[in-house]
Amino acid sequence: MSQDIRIKKGLDIKLKGEAEKVTEQALASNMYTIKPEDFHSIIPKLSIKIGAKVKAGEAVFYNKANENMKFPSPVSGEVVDIIRGEKRKILAIKISADKDQQFVDFGKKDPKAMKADEIKSHLLAAGCWPFIKQRPYDVIAKPSNTPKAIFISGYASAPLAADYNYVLAGKEKELQAAVTALSKLTSGSVHVSVGKNDNSPLAGLDNISLHKVSGPHPSGNVGTQIAKIDPVNKSEVVWTINPQDLVIIGELLLTGMFNAERIIALAGSSVATPKYYTTKIGATIASLVDGKLQGDNNRIISGNVLTGTAKSLKGSLGYYDNMVTVIPEGNDYEMFGWNLPVFNKISTSRALTFSWLFPNKKYDLNTNTNGEHRAFVVTGNYEEVFPLDIYPMQLLKACKYKDLDEMEQLGMYEVAPEDFALTEFVCVSKQPHQEIIRKGLDLMLKEIG
Amino acid sequence: MGLKENLHNIKEKGKGKKWLPAYSALHTFLYTPNETTHSGGHVRAADDLKRTMTMVVLALIPCLIFGMFNTGFQHFKAFGAPVEFLSMDAFWFGFLKILPLIIVSYVVGLGVEVLFAVIKGHEVEEGYFVTGMLVPLIVPVDIPLWMLAVAVIFGVVIGKEVFGGTGMNILNPALVIRAFLFFAYPTWMSGDKVWVEGATERAKEIAAGANLDAISGETILGSLAQGKEFAYTVSDMFFGYIPGSVGETSTFLILLAGIFLVATKIGSWRIMLSSVVGALVMGLIFNGVVNAGWIAEGSKFYSLMSTEFWHHLLIGGFAFGVVFMATDPVTASQTNKGKWIYGFLIGFISILIRVFNPAYPEGVMLAILLMNVFAPTIDHYVVQGNVKRRLKRLKVKTA
Repeated sequence: MSQDIRIKKGLDIKLKGEAEKVTEQALASNMYTIKPEDFHSIIPKLSIKIGAKVKAGEAVFYNKANENMKFPSPVSGEVVDIIRGEKRKILAIKISADKDQQFVDFGKKDPKAMKADEIKSHLLAAGCWPFIKQRPYDVIAKPSNTPKAIFISGYASAPLAADYNYVLAGKEKELQAAVTALSKLTSGSVHVSVGKNDNSPLAGLDNISLHKVSGPHPSGNVGTQIAKIDPVNKSEVVWTINPQDLVIIGELLLTGMFNAERIIALAGSSVATPKYYTTKIGATIASLVDGKLQGDNNRIISGNVLTGTAKSLKGSLGYYDNMVTVIPEGNDYEMFGWNLPVFNKISTSRALTFSWLFPNKKYDLNTNTNGEHRAFVVTGNYEEVFPLDIYPMQLLKACKYKDLDEMEQLGMYEVAPEDFALTEFVCVSKQPHQEIIRKGLDLMLKEIG
Repeated sequence: MGLKENLHNIKEKGKGKKWLPAYSALHTFLYTPNETTHSGGHVRAADDLKRTMTMVVLALIPCLIFGMFNTGFQHFKAFGAPVEFLSMDAFWFGFLKILPLIIVSYVVGLGVEVLFAVIKGHEVEEGYFVTGMLVPLIVPVDIPLWMLAVAVIFGVVIGKEVFGGTGMNILNPALVIRAFLFFAYPTWMSGDKVWVEGATERAKEIAAGANLDAISGETILGSLAQGKEFAYTVSDMFFGYIPGSVGETSTFLILLAGIFLVATKIGSWRIMLSSVVGALVMGLIFNGVVNAGWIAEGSKFYSLMSTEFWHHLLIGGFAFGVVFMATDPVTASQTNKGKWIYGFLIGFISILIRVFNPAYPEGVMLAILLMNVFAPTIDHYVVQGNVKRRLKRLKVKTA
């Protein structure tokens, strides 16, 4: 049952600084950092102390609500620091890496012969469970659930996104092992989507239901694909997982080792020669970007420009991220910026903004908001970039006035913050859509669960 | 240090102070702020509310300038000393009459906005940009300035600020201002004396015993409502060489402005198109009633009912209301489907009021205000459609 997905509503934000398809080894990072805030809604309980020696894959902390859910160290080394914030909240765990990497041996497995419970407990123990996320609420999946389907988007449509066809090349064995294992966890199918004209390593996998995707961003967002293939209804659960994390799961099954290595794209207009690098989860940003940037007033983002997290040089690669984007900061004034014709920025209107004349031009956008925060005024512009069958402004407003019934009715179970990245981008009133949705989801999770 | 740095330093000093919003309003007028993204996405599109609002003001400018010419033209024509339409005499006369209206509208309106921003500690929002320009264009040129000031205060406070300011209001503030004027000072807002500069003054002199010719500067709608003939051609009506409120007479320029607003994606084409369709449908119904002979020629509604259906688009404030007022995104329907219904009903009801209310032949203002009130209801039902679809999807699965 293959079903193709074509999106018309959306917007491709074309930026300068696309990564060239060349992969280099990133500088070896001495320090690796795990930040519990990457795992939204999880309350961490430490399983190690400062000074402890850990192996790659060994649990650093676990989920307070489910002790079986372990969060592993990406490398072997020594825990050198645990940074805490207010109320002793754990902000980061720093691990200094050994020269020779030691891995915990979780044992080779044959996913075909495993039962669902075995797979679950294996992934939980080896620290691969956090890669699996669920909708509703866009949080780490609850192991006790059986999802109605699992979705994997192998089509990256976000600005400057790492090309999955490139970074997954040659990983067919790992991908197959992971998909075979995952397919036992759902009562439905594992939906995998690839670009329409792509030659993706994902396309040839067994045990999947393949979908070909075309159209502008957010066609590659897994949320868009869920909405088109099998939308989430009340009291239903679906799981999602990134293709690159499948590789890690696959490797765990095939070799018994938790290997946090991944190929990331270093892209953006402030990067001198954008290309791909091999690194590991939690590596310091400095090890990736040192000496590779232009200018000194930049924003470094772990992830893409729409959904990533701002990082300093001392920061680290986010747990789920497969790219680092660097763009100029926009902390400067612009004279009469609100009424002069605009040629160097993207706009979906034509209000003396001329990006509609040059659909293929690549832009050098900075982080300026291009205006101040206002109440919602303009209507109809979100719908142009929002392909889901949901009223975006009405849902955002319901989140703001915290009406749980209305949020449920308007489709809150189907969305994640990233689905609102484009409406946020085009918002004339510069409202923080993703934050509003995240808070709304958190509220629902707390009240309804 | 340059201007940019100086202004930046003042802003830094003003942090937490009461006067900061007032200062920021001026500062951001000169410079787009140095604000960067701090949550969610790291880049933003080029449009902000200022740019959006400016586009509407830009579209209004031709109507304003035409209004200046027309004010002078109508005045000299009525006083028996006609001048060329596109003459400096006409323009200068109109300019001097209309400039005070603009100044009063902006100074009073923005004054209230800034006051509220300072009291409530939020930024001055741009809504009044457009309202302030609309107001002088929708009043008779002879309106006393103090009346305008009172109406503007009423409109901004009751029409907008009590609901929470720009983006929260239910009624279009410019129309609240006009409705206030209309109901509080009806003699200044309707009749045959107010539409030509100087006519009211002349009427007073005659009443005082002066031996002068009375001036009649009636609008076409006024004449029709009383069953009188009028002496304007369709081309006059289309290009706007007729008496009326300051900026609403030229359907031609309003049409161009409408095209501009649709092309820039600032105005909703759905609302504009469906309003026109609604008006044509109502006009056709009335024409049909007349053709079927269901109404006697002596009836007081006959004259307006028998007006060719498409003439309704050219006369009165219909075109202006549809292009500039009905499309206000805050008070209109906010869903795309709702916009079709909302616009259609505005057109439909405009012509209905126009024909059946001879005391006040201009219906578009009341039609828009009425539909402003109903817009949330329309949206509610449109959104419920989406909600039901979602529930149905669930039922199909569980059944």
